[in-house]
Formats: sequence, structure tokens, C-alpha cells
Amino acid sequence: MKLAAPAAIVIAVILPFVVSGYHTFQLAQVLAYAIAILGLNLLTGFSGQISLGNGAFYALGAYSAVIAINNLHLPYGVAPVVAAAVCFVLGYLFGKPAARLEGLYLALATFALAVVTPQLLKLDRLEPWTGGRGGVQIDKPVSPFPSVLDDDRWLYMYCLIVAIVMFALAWNVIRGRTGRALIALRDHPIGAGAMGIDIAEYKAVTFGISAMYTGVAGALGALIAGFISPDSFSILVSIQLLVGGVVGGIASIFGTLFGAVFIEFVPNLANQLSDNAPGVVFGVLLILCMRVMPGGLAGLVASARARRAHRGT
Amino acid sequence: MTMQTLLHQLLSGFAMGAIYASVALALVMIFKATHQVNFAQGELAVCSTYVAASLITAGVPYWIAFALTVVISFVAGVVIERAVMRQFRHASVLTQVIVFVGFLILFNSLTGWVFGTMTRPFPSPFADNAWYGSRYLSPHEIGLIGVTLVVLAIVFVFFRYTRLGLTMRAAAENPASSRLVGIRVGWMLALGWGLASTLGAVAGVMAAPRLFLEPNMMSGVLLYGFAAALLGGIDNPWGAPIGGFIVGVLENVAGAYLVGSQLKLPLALFVIILVLVLRPSGLFGRTVVVRV
Repeated sequence: MKLAAPAAIVIAVILPFVVSGYHTFQLAQVLAYAIAILGLNLLTGFSGQISLGNGAFYALGAYSAVIAINNLHLPYGVAPVVAAAVCFVLGYLFGKPAARLEGLYLALATFALAVVTPQLLKLDRLEPWTGGRGGVQIDKPVSPFPSVLDDDRWLYMYCLIVAIVMFALAWNVIRGRTGRALIALRDHPIGAGAMGIDIAEYKAVTFGISAMYTGVAGALGALIAGFISPDSFSILVSIQLLVGGVVGGIASIFGTLFGAVFIEFVPNLANQLSDNAPGVVFGVLLILCMRVMPGGLAGLVASARARRAHRGT
Repeated sequence: MTMQTLLHQLLSGFAMGAIYASVALALVMIFKATHQVNFAQGELAVCSTYVAASLITAGVPYWIAFALTVVISFVAGVVIERAVMRQFRHASVLTQVIVFVGFLILFNSLTGWVFGTMTRPFPSPFADNAWYGSRYLSPHEIGLIGVTLVVLAIVFVFFRYTRLGLTMRAAAENPASSRLVGIRVGWMLALGWGLASTLGAVAGVMAAPRLFLEPNMMSGVLLYGFAAALLGGIDNPWGAPIGGFIVGVLENVAGAYLVGSQLKLPLALFVIILVLVLRPSGLFGRTVVVRV
């Protein structure tokens, strides 16, 4: 198991040289989704807060990055950092009052946030930056080593580096003091409070961190797509992230990768049937997963391993 | 800003409020019985509205189509509860929320798949030039307020004076004791779902002439419905319609004079967060005290 992460990185580096340009583009999107799902998992899986509104922060990250590059003329490497900072601050501010809400009400408030997002992005007052209804275009980053990496592969590598950093961070947060506090918070909030964990503050910070992850993912997503508009950030984005989290396993770090692959490729397949087929697949899957495998794929793997270990002894 | 336009905005908001009132009452009905929030309420209502549209297009007279839609929606609600939601009765909040979101996206996509995603007009049974129209309220607005008030009255009488209504309330209030006196609690919950689905259908059919029919027609309405239910107190069936009318008027008047039409929907988010943070029990709800 210790070799899993290095092995995954090696495979991820080799992959774009094996597959076509279009698939490289899709894989870059997978990495962006993986970061976003990781953000959702940190919040929902580890601290137990339900968010149906992470799509809002995905949008916020995307717009922050595009504004940083187009309007402020910052370099591409800085854009995700800007997105991270903006989303962390706004996520924290939204999480501050929201942290007082119990599960169901938080779900309600975040759901409302997600539904309202496209409307907020369309505001006339913000049009100089957001481009209003029409959206904004962004030039894709140009590869500095065109002889080795074409633009698609360069963008993929760029996403990969960001993803590795974000995953390494999450790994350390979860296994450290903060992670234990979060899990305590999820499993027994009253007990956690009695142990001296500042519940409201931790919840708000987790909300900020989750928003930050989602925002970085949104920034990458904007660079990959090359174009963003309000209507591409409907409630569907939040639902898609939720599907990814649930399918991979909502309290798992590596499950996020599977979830991301799932939400990138399954809609592509289902689309051939009908424009509405992906939604039907997502809906049925969400309901079925909750019935059959609430732990997602990661849960299935874990229980299979536990069974094998049990048989071994 | 004349007095007349203000009055027009107020009354027009009241008409939209009637729709929010129905949706809010549907939400409260399910919440009261199961402590779940039905995120799919809006999509179910849209589905019902498409059924009504198909019946009308097929030549069924309006009010017969209306009645059939109500019955079909009721059955659909009961079936959903019996077939799926029952299994998640004791699941965690997270699981239940995910299942509802699953229903939301499932019904939204199914509606689009079966009926198409094109926006289309929907007829109103209240003729444009009917005698009860005025400069303040169109005949359809008058009609929809009337229909909503009749429906609310029926619901009130049902839960206050009929045996079945009282039984349902008992099952929601205290399932354990109800079971002991022989009430089939599971079926009462299913009936509650059926009624909620019916209320949603009425709201959808009444809203459609104004909002135009498309698969996402109710997403905004659902948000106002949430705001209304929370404002009225999410466990208070009488608070919900009042909340609905307040939110409708607030939305319209604030949209016209304060924040502009672009911020009408964000206003719902604002109301939701404000109520949740400042007064989670709403105007008329019960404050819940938990002993740990």
C-alpha cells in the first residue's frame, strides 16, 4: 500500500503520452474533478457537514482565476492560488453562520446557494469582470517546452502538479491533529466539544478549506475549458460533485480519483443515448448507492479487504 | 412610484405567494411526518405539470385534466414513499439528503427526456378577458389565488375534522403510540407523501401559465418554497402558507423597489440564511430543545 501513491503518480505522468490529445484533455478534467471531490469529501466525509453548494465555489474559483489572468494579467501559475485564497475566505465567511446549522439545514442553505449561483454571476454590475450572461473566454496556457510537451499535455502536467500538491496537503491534514478533530466532530460533536475542540471554528475552517479545494478545481476547470459562462455553473455541478463523492466513497481520499473518472467519462457515454441520460444515470446511481454501497467504491474495497484478512487468520 | 403600482406589486406578489404557499405546505407535510426535506418537490411538481400538459394537448377538457393530474400525482407520491423512501426511513440525514438529490436529478432528466426541454406555453383556465380581472390582478392571478385558498381550506378541513386526517397527524406526531393503537404508520406516511405530491402538482399547474413550462420551471419556486416554509416554521403547517404569502409579496415588492429583478432569486437565499441563523424555528414554529 505504501507504494500506491508513487505508483499512481508514475502512471499519471506516463498516461498522456499513451492516449490521444482529446483523452489527455479529458484526463486533465478528471484531475480537476478529483480535487473538487476531495474538497467535498473533506467537508462531508470527514467533518460530517453536508454541502449541496460546492458548485458555487467551483464557479467562484473559475471566475477568480479567469479574472486574475484576463483583468489583472497575473501569470497562469498564480491563478489557482488566487482562486484558493478567494474561495477560502468566502467559504469561511459562508461557513461561519452555516456552522451553526445542523445537517439538514446546512444542506438546505447550501442547496439555495447552488441554485442562486448562475443568477449572481449574471449580475449586470459584475459584467466588466464576469462578461455577464455571455461568459468570458480565456486563452489556454502555452507550453514552454513545445518540443517535449504539446499544449494539451502541458496543461495536463500543470493540473497534475496542482493535484499532487492538493492531495498531499489533504493527506497530511486528515492524518494529523486537524483531521482527528474533524472526525471526532463528525462522529460525536458533543464529545468533541467536551474535549476542547472549538466546534464552530473548526466547522467554519473546514468549510473554507473545502471551498478552497473546490475553487482550485474550478480554476483548473476554467483553464481546461477555455471558456466559462454562468449557465455552466448550475446546481448540476454540485450534484455532479456529490455523485463523484458518493460513487468513490465520501470518506475516502483515493476514492475521489475513481469518482472523478466516473463523472468525467460516464456522462460522455450516456450522452450518446440522450442529452438527459447522464442525469438519469446519476439519479439512479445516487439512490442505488445509498441502498447498496453507502461507502462507495472505497467502502467496497475496504470491506473486501477486511473479509480477506478475516479469512486469512 | 405611485400608489397604484405599489398595490399592483403587492397583489401580484400575493398571487405568486399562493404558489409558494402550496409548495411550502407540501414541504412541511413531509417534514412533519418524517423530518426529511424533499429536495425533489419541485421536480415532482414539474413532472405533474407535464402530465397535465399532455392530457390537455390530447384534448381532455382542462378541469378533467386537472383532476386526473391530481390523482396521478397522489398515486406517484404514495408509490415513491412505499417503493423507495421507506427503505431510508432510519438512514442518516446525509443518506436521506443524497437520496432526495438523486430523485431531483432523476426526475429533472426524465422529464426532459420524455417531454423535451423546449420551453412551452401552458393554458390557463381563466380567460384573459374574464369579468373578475382588474388592473391590479389578471384573471389568472385571481383564479390561482382562489384555487390555492380552496385547496388550503380542503387540507385544513381534512386534517382537522376527518378521521383519516386526524390519524395521519397522530402518526406523524407520535409514531410509537400510534402504532400501539393500531394505526398503520407506514401507510399514513405514504398518504402524506401523496398529499404533498398533489399540492406540488396544483402549484405547478397554477404556476405554469405564468412561468412557462420547462423542466427547470420549479427550481426557483422550490427555493421560495423553502424560504416560505422556514419563515413560517418548518414544523408548522399553518405557518407555511403564511410564509408563502409573505415571501411572495416580499419578493415582488423588493424586486420592484429595492434590489431589482436580478436579485429576486438571491433574495430567497438571503431569507433562508437569515431565518436559519436568527430564528431557526421561524415565525410560528416550535423551538426544539434537545437534551444531551
